[in-house]
Amino acid sequence: MAGAFDLDGQVAVVTGASGGIGGAIARSLHAQGATVVLTGRRREALDALAAELGERAHVVVADTTEEGAAEKIVAEAEKLGSLDILVNNAGITRDTLAMRMKDADWAGVIDTNLTACFRLARASLKGMMKRRHGRIINITSIVGVTGNAGQTNYAAAKAGLIGMSKAMAAEIAARGITVNCVAPGFVATAMTDALDEKQRDALTQRIPAGRLGKPEDVAAACLYLASREAGWVTGQTLHVNGGMAMI
Amino acid sequence: MSDIAERVKKIVVEHLGVDEAKVTENASFVDDLGADSLDTVELVMAFEEEFGCEIPDDAAEKILTVKDAINYIQEHG
Repeated sequence: MAGAFDLDGQVAVVTGASGGIGGAIARSLHAQGATVVLTGRRREALDALAAELGERAHVVVADTTEEGAAEKIVAEAEKLGSLDILVNNAGITRDTLAMRMKDADWAGVIDTNLTACFRLARASLKGMMKRRHGRIINITSIVGVTGNAGQTNYAAAKAGLIGMSKAMAAEIAARGITVNCVAPGFVATAMTDALDEKQRDALTQRIPAGRLGKPEDVAAACLYLASREAGWVTGQTLHVNGGMAMI
Repeated sequence: MSDIAERVKKIVVEHLGVDEAKVTENASFVDDLGADSLDTVELVMAFEEEFGCEIPDDAAEKILTVKDAINYIQEHG
């Protein structure tokens, strides 16, 4: 008998799989039996992850903001069987205070973190609607709910994802497709490695759990939402933040 | 009956899971065949795929019955 959260025979697309959190999500879905399509801009990192995972791992190098990229990624996934799970994880930051923010900083973050996610979700829907099953998981952020100085663009895009997910969830709930968000707090990645010890201590003190998050903490939340067991959970945002914001 | 009409009816039967006998030319998708707004979007997408055409939103809004669909595809397909 299949265990809990079994994804055997399912195909999952994970965008931004070359990054720390994306890689952990891909590993987690793959470990439960899913075939994973790893997308991102950096071929080397994707190839390395695919080699580590072995079979059931496919690389599609793509910039999700480019026209036609969403359709290409979905077509590649559908070729492997059927696209069952989409994890919109790819994201960028262009942090600066609002007064100093250039239009390009604003637009770049909105394009990658919001518009590209919509396009991928839209492209995924056709097959999911036909099969009456699908899981769309959008990786948002704690700052999309709480705000954060220096991240007006990022916070807007991440809050946008939450609204988008709710509207889409309402449209397609009757077709067995769920749309949810996972909102990580501060996770130890290359980004937080750049902080000095004092900065990291200050950050950790704001987290009741007493530590930064691990990519695996986020991946576990994604796995739950991707599973058949989570079929009645839709339009929700699952906060994974060590208690930093209780919403 | 034309080939187009047969194909349209087949799609409607498959997508809405209704009895073939109910899918008459004058049947309204919403009122007679129980389609909701999402069903009508799916139907239009299925027509587009089957007949290799694109049905713009303003035209799709006017496709309310089986006959409307057949007529549109005969004219534009």
